[in-house]
Order: sequence, then C-alpha cells, then structure tokens
Amino acid sequence: MLMNLFKFKGGVKPPTNKTQSVGLPIAVAPIPSRLVVPLHQSIGGTPRPVVQVGDKVLKGQLIGEADGWISAAVHAPTSGTVIAVDMQVQPHPSGLDAMSVVIEPDGQDQWIDRQPFDYTNAAPEAVREYLQQSGVVGLGGAVFPTHGKLTPSKTVPMEELVINGAECEPFITCDDLLMRERAEEVVRGVGIFRDLLKPKKVLIGIEDNKPEAAEAMRAAVQAIGEDFEVVPVPTLYPAGGAKQLIRVLTGKEVPAAKRSTDLGVQCFNVATAYTAWRAIAHGEPVVSRLVTVTGNVHTPRNYEVLIGTPMDELLDLAQPNPDTDGIIMGGPMMGFLVPERSVPVVKATNCLIAHNERLFPPKAPEMPCIRCGSCARACPHELQPFEMYWFSRAKNFGKTQEYHIFDCIECGCCSFVCPSRIPLVQYFRFAKSEIWAREREKNAADGAKTRFEFKQFREEREKAEKAEKLAKAAAAQAAKKAAEAAAAAASENTGENAAPAGEPAAPASVAVDAEKAAKMATIQAAMERAKAQRAAAQPKNTETLSAAQQKDIDDIEARRQAALSSVPPAESGEKTE
Amino acid sequence: MSHYLFILVGAVLVNNVVLVKILGLCPFMGVSKKLETAYGMGAATTFVLTMATGASYIIDHFLLMPFGLEYLRTLSFIVTIAAIVQLTEMVIAKTSPALQQTLGIYLPLITTNCAVLGVPLLNIANRHNFVESLLFGAGSAVGFSLVLILFAGMRERIEGAEVPTYFRGVAIAMITAGLMALAFMGFAGLDKYQ
Amino acid sequence: MEIVLAIAIMALGAVVLGASLGFASIKFKVEGDPLVDKIDAILPQTQCGQCGYPGCKPYAEAIAKGEEINKCPPGGAEGVQRLADLLGREVKPLDAEEKPKQIAIIDEQTCIGCTLCIQACPVDAIVGAAKQMHTIVAQLCTGCELCLPPCPVECIRMEPIAETIDNWKWKYPVVEIKPESAAASMKEAA
Repeated sequence: MLMNLFKFKGGVKPPTNKTQSVGLPIAVAPIPSRLVVPLHQSIGGTPRPVVQVGDKVLKGQLIGEADGWISAAVHAPTSGTVIAVDMQVQPHPSGLDAMSVVIEPDGQDQWIDRQPFDYTNAAPEAVREYLQQSGVVGLGGAVFPTHGKLTPSKTVPMEELVINGAECEPFITCDDLLMRERAEEVVRGVGIFRDLLKPKKVLIGIEDNKPEAAEAMRAAVQAIGEDFEVVPVPTLYPAGGAKQLIRVLTGKEVPAAKRSTDLGVQCFNVATAYTAWRAIAHGEPVVSRLVTVTGNVHTPRNYEVLIGTPMDELLDLAQPNPDTDGIIMGGPMMGFLVPERSVPVVKATNCLIAHNERLFPPKAPEMPCIRCGSCARACPHELQPFEMYWFSRAKNFGKTQEYHIFDCIECGCCSFVCPSRIPLVQYFRFAKSEIWAREREKNAADGAKTRFEFKQFREEREKAEKAEKLAKAAAAQAAKKAAEAAAAAASENTGENAAPAGEPAAPASVAVDAEKAAKMATIQAAMERAKAQRAAAQPKNTETLSAAQQKDIDDIEARRQAALSSVPPAESGEKTE
Repeated sequence: MSHYLFILVGAVLVNNVVLVKILGLCPFMGVSKKLETAYGMGAATTFVLTMATGASYIIDHFLLMPFGLEYLRTLSFIVTIAAIVQLTEMVIAKTSPALQQTLGIYLPLITTNCAVLGVPLLNIANRHNFVESLLFGAGSAVGFSLVLILFAGMRERIEGAEVPTYFRGVAIAMITAGLMALAFMGFAGLDKYQ
Repeated sequence: MEIVLAIAIMALGAVVLGASLGFASIKFKVEGDPLVDKIDAILPQTQCGQCGYPGCKPYAEAIAKGEEINKCPPGGAEGVQRLADLLGREVKPLDAEEKPKQIAIIDEQTCIGCTLCIQACPVDAIVGAAKQMHTIVAQLCTGCELCLPPCPVECIRMEPIAETIDNWKWKYPVVEIKPESAAASMKEAA
C-alpha cells in the first residue's frame, strides 16, 4: 500500500474551510421555477439547438446536438415546455449572453426511455460516441469533453490512469461527499475508463484531509474486486491540478507542448467517472451535478442540482445570511463573482459561495512589486510570475510569451502570496486574451490577404482570357472576310470567263470552308459534351443528410422563395442592367 | 602582456567612453529604447570603431607623419571613418534590412559619433602603438556596447514602471544614465592596481 | 611643393576609398526589398484603400519609400505604433478617426442581385449570383466598406462586431488613477 510519492514545486496552503459543508449528507435540490440551459457548456464547438419554442421535452431529452468532435451534447434537465431558445446571461466573468434553452418544468420530472449501454460488447469508438451523446464532460472545472480524452496514444503505451479526487480548492466538498456516499458508482465509472484506455495501473489520488472519502473508495474498490490504488496525497493547493496530481502520483512532468497521453498518463475527475457510469449503466445523460453551497449561509451543504437551476434559487435552499452581497462560482482561488444572481448552474459549477465582506474582505490597494520572488516560489508550474506581471503590465506581450505565460494555469497561488497584493492572475488573463485576440486578427488578416491576392490573380487571368478571345474572334473575322472576298472573286471569275487567276483561289476557299466546318463540328461536340456533363452532375454530399441539415436546407429554400416573391421580378430585371 | 590587458579593461570599464569620457551620447540616448536595436547598434559601432582605429593608425603613421602632414589628421580620419560607415551600412542593408531600418538615421550618424573620431585621436595623444591602438579601439567599442545594452535593458523595464507623468520618456532615461555613470565611477578604483 | 604633396596624398586616399566603396556597392547589392513584406504583415489587410493606395501591399511599398505611417485607419493607433517600432520612426496620431471594427450586412429583402458588390469586394466575402440574393460571409468580411458605394439600392449597412463570450477580452486590471474632478476643475479655471 505504501507508495513513493513525488512533489511538485511551489503551492500554497490557504485555510481549507471544508468542514462547514461536510456535516450534512447530499440533498436533492427541488425542481426550480424555470431552467436556463446554456448550449455551450463544454470546451469546443457550440451545440446546435434541436428543440423549438413550445416543444414538450422529457428529462434527459437531447436539446443541443454536439457540433464537431470536441463538443458534447446538452440535454433537458427535467420534463416541461421549452419557453424560449434565445440569448441569456451566462455564469461567465464577462456577464455576456449566450444561446440557451429555457425550460418551464411541468413538475413531473418524467424521464425519457432510459436504456443501459452495453459497453463491454461495443467498439471503443461507439463508447466514446455514446459518452459524447450523453454530454459527459470533465466536471473538475475545465469541462473538456471526456470522450476526447479516452483515446490512448498510438505510440506510447498507457502506463497510469490518474483519477483526481484531490479537490484542493478551499470550501469545495462536492467530490468529497460524492466519494463518501457514491463510491461504488465512481469506482465502476473508473472501470469504464480503465477498459477504454487499458493502463497498467489506476491511481486514485485523494488529499489526506479527506480520510472518510479515501476509506469509502478503498472499501468500494475492494467490494468490486478491482486493483485500483487509493493514494492519499499531501494537502497542498493546487494538488488537484491535473498536471500537479500526475506529478505527485507518477513523478512525470507533462511538458507544455505535449499532452499527458504522450507520456502514457491520463487524468479524470471522480465526478466525471460517476457521470460516465450513470450514462452507461442507467442511460442517464448528464442533467445534474453535485454543487457545494457554502460561505455566508446558514446551512452549508452539498446538493444534487439540475443543470440550469438559477443560482439564487439554489442559494436560498441554504438560507444565506442577509448581508450576502454576491455569489462566487467556484472556489475562492479560481472562482469569480457571477454577474447576476439568477445565472444558471452549469456543468462547470462545482461550488457556490455566498459572498460577504466578512468572509472576503475587500482587497487593500495594489502596491508596487518589490521583486521578493514569493510568487516564483509559490508557482506550481515553476514560472516566473513577477516577470510575466511586469511585461503584461507594460503590454509587452511578446516578452510574456518568452516567459511562457501560456503554461500558467491561473491557479492564483502567486496572487495569494504576493505581499504587495498585486492581482497577478488578472494581469495574466488580460495578457492571454490580448494575445489570443491578436492571433485571431492576424489569422483573419492573413486569410484576407490570400483571398485578395487570389482575386487579383483571377482578375488578371480573366483579362488575359478575354484579350485572347477577342484576338481569336478578330482573327476569325479577318479569315472569314478574306474567304468571302476570295469566294466572290472566284465566282466572278468562273461565271464570266475562266481566267487563270481564279484557279488557285477556288481551292483556297474550299480549304477554308472545310476548316470552318471542322471547327464547327468540334465546337458542336464540345457543347454536347458539356451538356452531357451538366446532366450527369448531381449535387454532392446530399445523400447522407442529417435531419437538422435537411431542415436547414428547407429553411434556406423557403427564405429564398420568400425573398424572390417579395421583390417584383420586373423591378429587379430593370435594375440589374 | 598585462599592459595590454590594462589597456583593454581600462577602456571597457574605467575610462568608459560613454559614461566617463561622455563621448557618443547621441546613439546612447537615441537607440536604447529596445534591446534588439541596442545589440545591433553595439555590434555596428564595435565594428566601425575597431576598423577606424586601425585604419587611422596606418594613415597617420605611413601617410601623414612621413610627410609632416599631421595637420590633415582630423580631415583624413573623418573621410576614412565615413567610408567605413558607408561600407558597414551596405553590409547591414544586405544582411538585415529591419536592423537597418530600426537603426535608421543613427547608422549614418556613426560617422559623426564623436567616440569614433575621439578614440583614434586619443590613441595618438597617448602614443599608442598599432596593437595598443587596436586594443584601445576595441575596448572602447565594447565599453560603448556594454553600457548601451545595459541601458536598453533598463529602459525596457522602465516602460512598465510607474514613472510620474512628467518624468516619462527621455527625462527618466537621463536620470537613469546619470545613475549609471555614478556606478561606473566605482571602476575608477581599479586604477590602484595598474 | 608641400601643398602639392598634401593634395596628392589626399587624392590618393580618396581614390582608394572610392574604389573600395564602389566595389562594395556591387558586391552587397540589395535585390528587392524584404522590408516591404514586414510592413505588409503589420497592415490589417482590409484592402480598403483608405490610405489612398489600391491595397495594403502598395501602401507597404510606399511606406518603405518614405510615405507617412499614419494613413491606415483600420490598423488604428496600435498599428501606427507597431509600424513606428519596426521602422524607428516617430509615432504620429492617426490621419483619420478610428472606428470600432465593423462588418457589412446585406438586407436580403432589398437586395436585387446586381452583383456589383461582389465585384467590389476585395476579399471575396460576398456570395451570390446575378438576380439572386447576395449575402456576406461574416467571418471573411474585413469591414472595408468598399461594397457600400456600388450598391444601387443601398441595401448594405455596416454594423460593429458585437462582443460575445468567445471574443470577450479580460480587461487591464489597473484602473488608471485619473483625478477627473481635478481635470475638470482645471478646465474650468482655464
């Protein structure tokens, strides 16, 4: 059982504040008055809505279809009526809107027909696709579609599968409670991942401040008869970061340019394993998750919450104290104040903290950097935050990249230890989003340039072709005229008196006529060929249209008809010329 | 042998051409905004200055002195330096057009960089022989590049600093240069061991 | 006698230096101008012609020959700054007002399908055919406004690009301390 653990550099030990919310068991939150389900809940493509206003939906019914491979489907969290498919405020620091499906619950909470998925007899691709269809994403906070991580590297054999139950961020206890109460299902979910990736061993890392969870997991592993190893890891923020946990458990350091599978490691959150098991064994897509509600509330507790539940309704269950002045989504290190209290719970929401000034006193003003180097010692990625800070501040983004700003995981250790109270992470986020924006602009400019150059090239070519055609036509015209003149002369000569001058002219005109006929024949043949080709050409890629695509096409056709009928053809014809 | 070392180290640090002799301040303030341009300017000046000291020694000793034409020194040195600068510019234009553009007006201005004329004249005043002249020229050039690059590094950092509005830009650069000069005065202590 | 000697020696020097420079100018002859490409890379490639040149590349060539760097409104003040950094020139305020980034939108009900805008679009961002409705591919539109004047029915309008969660940027953390009241009072005093 004893195992050699490794260490990552840096890290901090903020007060954990976890005991408040572990006293009570998980409670199921009641169905709220309405559910706002954002379509874009995972990294990757935004799912396309497949329901319309007025549609009746059942719990677990698909409402957003995955768009592309890195994307995950979205489902109705309860049965009810779709009352809107429109832009709604998101739980995002920007406070901007995004496409969401709003559902008014009917209170029945009626499931769709749930079918377990027999994954042992299915191809790995089918299992991955099934998980995508079930909307299984990483529930640790990054919400990366899980099926995208379940493909082993072709060249490197899979050594270790790391299951992340560290939950290092203060206040959050949803994974802890999940492991205590539903350890068996978590372990079975891990079994699915193990079967897909076929690693040599499976390590379940749990911070040593959660002995009950570790004990429950150990018991479950034994009960099921698996050989997974439950490893307590030292409590140190951010031990729950994927790269940090991999480092602690396996000693492997994942380089910036590589993926962990390139080193034969893959990492999943315990809650992800749980939802994967629910999806496979019970046919339940991800429509709810565990959320810790804590902070400035009377009864901190973990709830099983439907995705799309407004945060204020959820918070009210825990009876927030009257001086609550905001909601933090996530933990105090990496979380953010939500722009509005009524924004919905999404798949990334692991914790809500009722904010007040006693718990989170307002930050004292930022002081100048004194180059003490505390941030560099605390950084779990061995970066130099003070350098990145300096250049982000000066907006010298090239230099920030030289200091590897994109390796920063924004864990907040540097801001936590900074004696000058500099909000370092905010500077890094600013620099990163500026660099991304610039890259987008650069790509757009490059594309525009290529298209512009191609257009110029095309115009040149068209001009050249036109000139060539004109020259040819002129030549043909001249030849025709010459032939006519010659023919006229010949007929004159033959008609009146057979002069010797006419002799050579007649064969020439005959030759010209023959040439012309041949040319006409080739032109005719070419036209026939073109016609045949046109007849043979069929619209491509139309055989295997999905229902949504067919519907799109129909919509476009309808719109085109409407546009055509609204403009009188006479008028348009008049103005075209 | 140590005599040559003293000349070299003395030219780089103790009698630094910019901070102690106060020669060549124009490019020192003008091309020190970015580290990359400072590297380029340092390299160009090092090349020109070393060539200029060698060429001027040869001209002085084999052309001017034998015929008693010492009064033509300044004139002929300037012509030689101008030619070398022109040559350097052609080479840079060929190898690194961006560097040529960033150096901009300062590249032809190496011609009138007083350090480039000053060092050959100091060579003659100090009665250096050919090797000493080359060493002194190269040392001065390295000293120039050294402070230019250090200064550019500092100015790049100052960009991010909270400088009072009225001190931003050249004003804070002047203050920094002054502090640097003070620091280089400390090298005067090396003289004791000469 | 001595003056002749002096002149002779100076002339000799002039000949030697002149010959070596002449040789160098042949040996290190610069072909083409790689700088133009670097300038072109900074320009936003809208091909809008607001600088007075028929595209970004011609303007880049003109800049390399000494044209002002502040004539590109789509590049904005930041573009001028970057050009100034590249060329070691003075930063100048933009020669026109800076607009937020926009894209063109065709009112599909009004469009008569005349194809004039398709011919005007420098970056092939408009799709359509004669007497058919046209539309603008939003991702490809550079907002150059060149399609506005040719439209006979004025069915094209410019709209600023809306901020979405995907293109939203974190703001610079420091709120610059601008004593607005002090500035206002100074204005009043003046």
